This record gives sequence, C-alpha cells and structure tokens, in this order.
Amino acid sequence: MLRKAIICIMFLLICYIRAGEAEAFSNQVIQKGAVGDDVIELQARLQYIGFYNGKIDGVFGWSTYWAVRNFQYEFGLPVDGLVGESTKVKLVKVSKYNERFVKEQIRKGNQFTHYGGKPLSKQTKNKAENTTKKAAAVNVPKGFSRNDIQLMANAVYGEARGEPYIGQVAVAAVILNRVKNPAFPKTVAGVIFQPGAFTAVADGQIWLTPNETARKAVLDAINGWDPSGGAIYYFNPDTATSGWIWSRPQIKRIGKHIFCK
Amino acid sequence: MVRAFLIGILSLGIIGTAYWGYREHQEKNAVLLHAENNYQRAFHDLTYQVDLLHDKIGTTLAMNSRTSLSPALAEVWRIAAEAHSSVGQLPLSLLPFNKTEEFLAKMGEFSYRTAIRDLDKEPLTKEEYNTLQKLYKNAADIQNELRNVQYLVLKNNLRWMDVELALAANQKTMDNTIIDGFKTVEKNVESFSETDFGPTFTNLENENRELSRAKGKPISKKEAKAVAKTFLGLKGTEKISIVESGKGALNRFYSLTIYDPKTKTETYMDMTKNGGYPIWVIDNRPIRTQKMGLNEATIKGLEFLKRHKFTNLELYESTQYDNVGILTFVTNKNGVRIYPEAIKMKVALDDGTIVGFSARDYLSSNIIDAVPKPALTVSEARAKINPNLKVMEERQAIIVNDVNEEVLCYEFLGTLGDDTYRIFINAQNGMEEKVEKLQDTEPVYGNI
Repeated sequence: MLRKAIICIMFLLICYIRAGEAEAFSNQVIQKGAVGDDVIELQARLQYIGFYNGKIDGVFGWSTYWAVRNFQYEFGLPVDGLVGESTKVKLVKVSKYNERFVKEQIRKGNQFTHYGGKPLSKQTKNKAENTTKKAAAVNVPKGFSRNDIQLMANAVYGEARGEPYIGQVAVAAVILNRVKNPAFPKTVAGVIFQPGAFTAVADGQIWLTPNETARKAVLDAINGWDPSGGAIYYFNPDTATSGWIWSRPQIKRIGKHIFCK
Repeated sequence: MVRAFLIGILSLGIIGTAYWGYREHQEKNAVLLHAENNYQRAFHDLTYQVDLLHDKIGTTLAMNSRTSLSPALAEVWRIAAEAHSSVGQLPLSLLPFNKTEEFLAKMGEFSYRTAIRDLDKEPLTKEEYNTLQKLYKNAADIQNELRNVQYLVLKNNLRWMDVELALAANQKTMDNTIIDGFKTVEKNVESFSETDFGPTFTNLENENRELSRAKGKPISKKEAKAVAKTFLGLKGTEKISIVESGKGALNRFYSLTIYDPKTKTETYMDMTKNGGYPIWVIDNRPIRTQKMGLNEATIKGLEFLKRHKFTNLELYESTQYDNVGILTFVTNKNGVRIYPEAIKMKVALDDGTIVGFSARDYLSSNIIDAVPKPALTVSEARAKINPNLKVMEERQAIIVNDVNEEVLCYEFLGTLGDDTYRIFINAQNGMEEKVEKLQDTEPVYGNI
C-alpha cells in the first residue's frame, strides 16, 4: 500500500517536471551570503545543468559562488558572482526548476539532487534509508559553530538576562575578549566553564533556556561589536564580594555591570 | 518540668539535624554542579578542538612551502594532544572509546613527525599526502557526529552526571543520547580555525592598540550629541543620555544612549572624545519581514559610508542572518585591498536602514600613505602556491601578518576538492604569509 503510494507520488513528480515548470526568481540581485528561496532555486537550476554539485541547502556559500561564476563565464556574461537580471534570464532559459520536488525534499530532510536528464525519483534517498539527513544549512560566523553560539547564549542569558540589550552584547564580548587574551583559556567552553569565572555557571543558571535576545547579542559580539571597550572583567557593584575587582581599571558602566580591564 | 526540658532538647536536636542535613544537601549539590561543569567543559572543548583539527588539517592540504607547513603541522599536533586530553577527562572509562583516542594519537604522531622534519630537503611524499587527506576525512566524520551530540546535549539539557550514573549502574537498557552518540563516533572511526577572525581581524594586540586615527581636539558632550545627530540622521525629538568612559579605557570615549519616544527603541553609540569619531553603533529595533536582498543592502551601506566621508571602500563580505545583512567593507586603493581598514555594518533588510556600524578596526589601523610596488609578478607568486589548488581569483592586498606587520601580498582564492581557500603570498619575498580554509555555512544538526 505504502509502496504503491510512493510510486504514485513519484510518477506525479516525474509528470510535474516534464511539464516544464519555470518558476521565476524574485527581483533581488542575489549575492554571496544570501539565504532563502531564491538561493534554493539558484542552486537547483545550476545543478540541473551540472554547474553545482553541492547540497541544495538555500545558503549562498563559496561553492555556489564558484558555480555562478563558471556559469557566467560559459555563457559569456560578465563574471562577477552576482545573480542579476541577465544571469537570471539566461539561467531560466537553459535550466528547469521543479520547485515542488525540491521544497518537499528539503521539508522532509531527504538527501537529494536535482540534475537534468535523469528522473527525479532516482535522485532522492528516503528518510528511512538514510539516517543522516542534513539538507538545510545556515550561515555561521567564521570560526564559530551554531553550538558555540548556543553555549554562549546560555552563558549570556544566565549572567545578564535582566540587563539592557547592549549590556548583553558586552557580556558576550567579554567572553570573546578572554578567548583572545593569553591569560585565559583559548576556547569558548574553557572560558565559560573556568571554575569561579562566572556566577551563573557556579549556581547552574547557565542551564536556563536562553531567549532570542541573548542569541542576537552573542551574534553581534561575534560579528565584531564590542560595547565593553575591550573589557575582560565585569562585576555588579551591589553584589560583588571580592574587593580585588574594585582595583581593576574601569572602562564603563552598562546597566548594573561595571566593565573593566 | 523535666518533660518540657526533654522536649526542648529533642526539638533543638531535630532542628539542628534538619539544618545540618540541609547544609549537607546544599554542599552535595554544589559539588555535583562543579563536577558537572568540569565534564561540560571537557566535552565542549573536545568538540571545539575536533572542529579546529579538521580545519587545520584542511589548511595544511592547501599549503606548499615549508615555512608555513611546518608550523601548521605543529599546530595540528598541539590540537590533537589537547583533544586527546579532553577525551581523557570525560567519564567514558566504561565505554569502549579507544578508536577515537587512537585516531587522535595517530594524528598527533603523524603531524609531529612531519613537523620536525626538514621539509625543504624531504618534502611530503605522495603517501603522506594521501594519509593527510584520509585523516582530513576522518576528522570531518568525527566532527559531524560530535557536533550532533553537542546539539542534542544543548537542546535537551543533558547532564554528564547522569551518564556517569548510568554507566556505573551498568543498566542493560542504556537509552542515553550521549552514550549512543559517542558509540556512533566510535563506529565511524573504524570505517576549526583557531577562532580565526579572517584577514580583517588585525590580531590580538589590536584589542589594546590605540585608536590611532582618532586625532583632533577633545570635544564636549554637547558637541558629541551634535555629531550623533548628523551621523545617525536624528530628528531632534529623541532623548540622548551621555556618559564618559572610565580610567581603564585606552582612548577616552563617550557612550550615548539615544531613546526614540516614537518607536520606543534605543540606539547605542560610542564615540572617541578626541575628534568625535563614531566607534560603533547598535540600533536595537525589531526588524520586520525581509523586503530586500543583500545587494540592495550593500548599495545602502556604501551610500551611508560615502555620506560620512569614508571613501574608496568596497564590499569584502556579506552574510545574511534571518532578516539582517552583515556587511564588511575594506579600503581599495588603486586595486589593492587594505584589509586592516575594515568597517562592519548591519543593515536591516526590511527597509534598508543601517542598524549597526563598527569602525574599531578602521580607527586602530595604521595609515598607509603609499602602497609599495611588488617585487614579484603575479605569475611568480602563483608559482609559490600549492599546485593542487585551482586558482579562481587573484588580486593584491595588504594584510597584517603573524608578527603584526603590514605586508603587501598577492591574494589568491582557489578551490581544492570541495573546499575554498584564501592564500596570501608576500609580494616582496614570496613567503606564504597566510593560508585559510574558508567556511561560513553549517548544516543544521539534530534532525536525525
């Protein structure tokens, strides 16, 4: 019964692509670093004519960039890696895009390809056969994984959830400043879990679920914003128990925290 | 009388015991938490080190000269040793985990042996190169599995103490995500960059380097407000509060908080006291659904820079996170990119306004008056890079190298297998100044 249904669906899909669906791009100029439906279409179309061999994941990374440039070179377009009007028109003309097939595979998390001249039913591996289904991807800042960001968001939320946004960015920046400082551990986890470094770690508040604000603050800090002015310590003057911390040269105060060298 | 006395003594005893018990309980919890934190650190360190290991091995694949290969291999050796020690700290003694440890040991040995060898006289053989490639692939597998376990650990708030208890109790039905994850890692073996911030990141000393470009007379708070007004295009209805930095700051600066009563959002800004140069700005308004792409955002960003007298800048990197575009611009002087002169911007993709600006790198970079002439030609420089690399783009660029000097280089972007690399060859002496493996996307984990 199930097999019948699958065959039926696949037959429909084949008919669908035969019908020659030409779903067009939106009118943005797509460039490296972009994410979203336009990028999915771009990758699928480039794969259809054999320029792109990576995963169709909706993130305009380096391999997509080279595929675009090779395409532009082969078709006599200006080679700039930007997908503007002329590149789009050319691409739509020489390739096909089966949006329903591609979107469905991504939604289901199947491993799949979208090459032309080959029935699509042969280009997908079902979830059941394939346990590592990693179709979608995200942009991450250089040198950091999403898990690193999550761990930092946990720390920032545990330490500074009541603080203004900028204070949260500053706490995240302090963690990063410590990673870069030779007097501290060289990893994000090392800095966060250093015994006695953060109260939220010592009392377990780090394991509260962080909100979106904390995550945004971490991303800003990683991307280069440092409201702390290069601080490697901070403390709350109302609750600080160590007298030593007052001897550090202070840089500025944000919310309840004083940031210092 | 006696009875009342006895009751008093006994109840005191009970209260005392209860208090003692409570204290014991609290202390036990504190100790447990402490042990848990140590395990967590070892685990997250391990995943990071394996990331790094994978990245570094990848970088060595694209290197060509001894001067860059030997230190890179030494680095691999160090990271492998660190990862090995992290594995050792995890409570996995009851789990068969020797294959992974073996892999790390092998990796360490291989990199150590090749790092101390004189690669000028005895370059890497074909077999060694193949070994390196295999190790690269292995590291990728381990990295993937570990990232996945890490994702699940973070998502479900898993505790290592539970793993230890489960392993100690030797339960038959060990349905434990961490244990299962590590078993997969182990099975796979059978069959990140040192948080490198890219060429625009101008080394760690820069953090403490002065904002050397911020010259000029000290300005007053009132003048600072006026600067903010023009820089941010304020209407004049906003409430601005301003404080001066403390003694710990290398360069005195003002911190401004601008509250817009109409939108009820705050914008934050730091500005040097000398000359009133904006260091950074963050606008924390909520951003609505995306209406434009990165390209349009780039045009808006360039317009903004031009309006504020930042000339000769071009886009170096753009990345979209949800509905925000992060753009990095660098100076381009007569076709030579000057990476230390970098400005970062956040553009909201709903209406194209600038919601973030950072010129810290730019302000702390040295002023380069004249770009020197290269002693080598492009083709001479190109001969210095790994012949396996397929060069796709080339240009001249000034970067800050490992010893903190500005050097003129030929920059090559190329591919090797599925990976893209950026390689800088010194344009005067042909030295391989920097080799980077470029990666900025990551698959979404945890959808198994």
